[in-house]
Amino acid sequence: MSFSEGKFTAKDIAEKPELFMSGHRACAGCAPATVLRLIMKATRGPTIVTNATGCMEVSATIYPYTSWAVPWLHTAFETAGANAAGIETALKILRKKGRIKDEQVDVIALAGDGGTYDIGIQALSGAVERGHDFLYVLYDNEAYMNTGIQRSGGTPYGASTTTSQAGTAVPGKLENKKPIAEIMVAHDMPYVATASPYYWKDLIMKARKGIEVNGPAFLHVFAPCPRGWRSDQAKSIELTKLAVETCIFPLWEAVNGEYQLSIPSKVIALAPQKKKSVREYLEGQGRFRHLFTPKYEKMLDEIQRFTDEKWKRLLKRCGMTLAA
Amino acid sequence: MSSKEKGWKEISPAGVCWKSSMTYLTGDWKTYHPERDLQKCTKCLLCTIFCPDGAIHWKPEKGDIEFDLSFCKGCGICANECPTKAIVMRI
Amino acid sequence: MKSVVKQEIMGLNGDEAVAFAAKQADVDVVAAYPITPQTIIVEKFSEYVANGEVNTEFVCTESEHSAMAACLAAAAVGARTFTASASAGLALMHEMLFVTSGCRAPVIMAIANRALSAPLNIHGDHSDAMAQRDSGWIQIYAENAQEVYDSMFQAFRIGEHLDVQLPVMVGLDGFTLSHTLENVQVLGDNVVKRFVGTRQLPTVLTHDGRTVPYKLDPANPMTMGPVAMPNYYFEFKRQQEEAMRNALRIITQVHEEYGKLSGRYYGNGLIEEYQIDDAEIAIVCIGSTAGTVKTVVDELRLNGVKAGLLRIRTFRPFPAEDIAKALAKVKAIAVMDRSMSFGGNGGAVYQETRHALYDFSTHPSIVNYIYGLGGRDTSPRQIRKVFEDLQKIVQTKRVEEKIRYIGIREGQGGKDE
Repeated sequence: MSFSEGKFTAKDIAEKPELFMSGHRACAGCAPATVLRLIMKATRGPTIVTNATGCMEVSATIYPYTSWAVPWLHTAFETAGANAAGIETALKILRKKGRIKDEQVDVIALAGDGGTYDIGIQALSGAVERGHDFLYVLYDNEAYMNTGIQRSGGTPYGASTTTSQAGTAVPGKLENKKPIAEIMVAHDMPYVATASPYYWKDLIMKARKGIEVNGPAFLHVFAPCPRGWRSDQAKSIELTKLAVETCIFPLWEAVNGEYQLSIPSKVIALAPQKKKSVREYLEGQGRFRHLFTPKYEKMLDEIQRFTDEKWKRLLKRCGMTLAA
Repeated sequence: MSSKEKGWKEISPAGVCWKSSMTYLTGDWKTYHPERDLQKCTKCLLCTIFCPDGAIHWKPEKGDIEFDLSFCKGCGICANECPTKAIVMRI
Repeated sequence: MKSVVKQEIMGLNGDEAVAFAAKQADVDVVAAYPITPQTIIVEKFSEYVANGEVNTEFVCTESEHSAMAACLAAAAVGARTFTASASAGLALMHEMLFVTSGCRAPVIMAIANRALSAPLNIHGDHSDAMAQRDSGWIQIYAENAQEVYDSMFQAFRIGEHLDVQLPVMVGLDGFTLSHTLENVQVLGDNVVKRFVGTRQLPTVLTHDGRTVPYKLDPANPMTMGPVAMPNYYFEFKRQQEEAMRNALRIITQVHEEYGKLSGRYYGNGLIEEYQIDDAEIAIVCIGSTAGTVKTVVDELRLNGVKAGLLRIRTFRPFPAEDIAKALAKVKAIAVMDRSMSFGGNGGAVYQETRHALYDFSTHPSIVNYIYGLGGRDTSPRQIRKVFEDLQKIVQTKRVEEKIRYIGIREGQGGKDE
């Protein structure tokens, strides 16, 4: 079946083996864990995974236990991109020298927003510039969750984290979320996409596309953390739907730099009445609780304003305009 | 000092893991567990897709899904996402 | 020596010798970042790549930290890897050095020893590698370009040995060795290939319950680099220490084997004793300055002075027993350090040498000379002065200052040493 064209059913996915196994120690309701399971369902054959330090790395590989059914390497926090480069290079030369089987082995680098936006951006950028053939998956829970919810470059405006606290003098993080996916598009790389686990089919299809592409691919996946976001652990997946419906996290692909809106976001572009107010998304999360007080409620309008602005800009890039 | 743990002469070098996490049952983490109304369930399999722990399995030989409560942490995502509200979380 | 192979002489500086050795050693992956005075290594290697002379993948990473990560990851797949750095680049890799030795990956690295900032200095001293002495890497320091060349092949065999499985750094003094042309006798390509062989992998127990070769292989999935809690972390570090102890033995074995092949020996591979047997006064030092000391020793011997030199070739693992045995009968010892351990009561080599001799009943006088920092040249006259100081210590049976500095200006009418 043509996976990268979305020609698969839930049953097809359910019948594929679990390469990210149960028994890991992620929190109950951890969306990144769901993301990892779905990414691994997108694999097409022999795969090697390398992981940056973070929640998913620590919770799934507590010696002597491991949740990984594929070859897996962790070295450090900044190194997901560099590891992938090293693995891909070694496979290439060992195949050439006849020291390993001549078969396609896919390389996937996994990292959180910590290991991607900030400390890991150099290695990622370098690996992409050199054109290594690998898929980089960013599971974005919008803070350094593993070390206790500290702010990252991916933390959104107004969010309260332990190092950007909402207090009586300062209302949480004052800087905007770094547009990491756009930064990766600016690298002139073959494939960049955003995905959200509620739209599981879109996510798996994009992961497969990234694996199949010859060269570097970047997949930015939205992955709520109920612990860090102070949200209901049962609503982790629902939040990923709201993020798309409010256009806070629109879904798109950039194939060789050309933007294409993905269906879940296209639906909203074509029927703007379906676009939800950002309040619906923000009100379920304790990290934005202070925005619903008289002192800081103007920030809600600010968030709505630049969300709309970014959405308009994205539509322009995708060759669409808002319906009148 | 734990006598059950292995010594440095017994373990492989460099920390390669030698136990699958499938032997580490996280099911006792839960407070709530999912219960399914078989009348409402359409076997859409969305719950098997969304479960962070892979604790819901599609059993083709039975033509039905199965909850693996030995890994279920009781998060309630399955109940929240079920399109027909066939799953409820109970203590 | 009938078994010594035919060799050719090439005019190579230290960096070129490293690059040439890497070419001959059938390295699979080189991931490196340029930094003075190592740049000739990566440039020369790029030339080989451009002309199709090597069957090696060369990755120009965007920093040294990523270079080490990429080498480690490549080694994890089973590749033979090599890189090179110096000074700030080595310092930038600091985190990854520990990870590499912790993962037991036999990455081989040439270090063109150079001073650390600040202030910025591109010239030779040992501060860069000395600062990494706790990182779990084997450290071998060369006296000349010939030894650099020879040590490279030995490094692959030592690091990849199943009883060792540790990364190795080969040090050559920045500019003095890296950029100075020497006559280097080189072995034939086939001879080298036979000596270094192919990389052997240890076996490990995986979560599938099978014991398989230690590499990332879809046929035998395994998890490398997990998190180890307090209940296990300590045991892995003990394993590394055991590997270092094994390395003492294996370094001499490999050195002996290579010596038979090339006709060249450097002491026993761990230390080189020069006129030490009946020496009353001796200098202990590392690297190219040993060459200068040898000249002075020869001179002094002609004048009837019982002077000697102990060159430490392998600093990690520290050959304490060999050093203690060699220096047991010496009366006054000057340990020369080309780096400082600020606030540390002397330099690293001094501390470790003194420590090695502590239990000896003879208790020689041991003093420390810090020299050559930031590439400052050390002349034969200055070395002669060190030996004179040692003679004074033997005569007066008194040590005035334990820690001294060679050739430093105090200024303002103060003492210039």
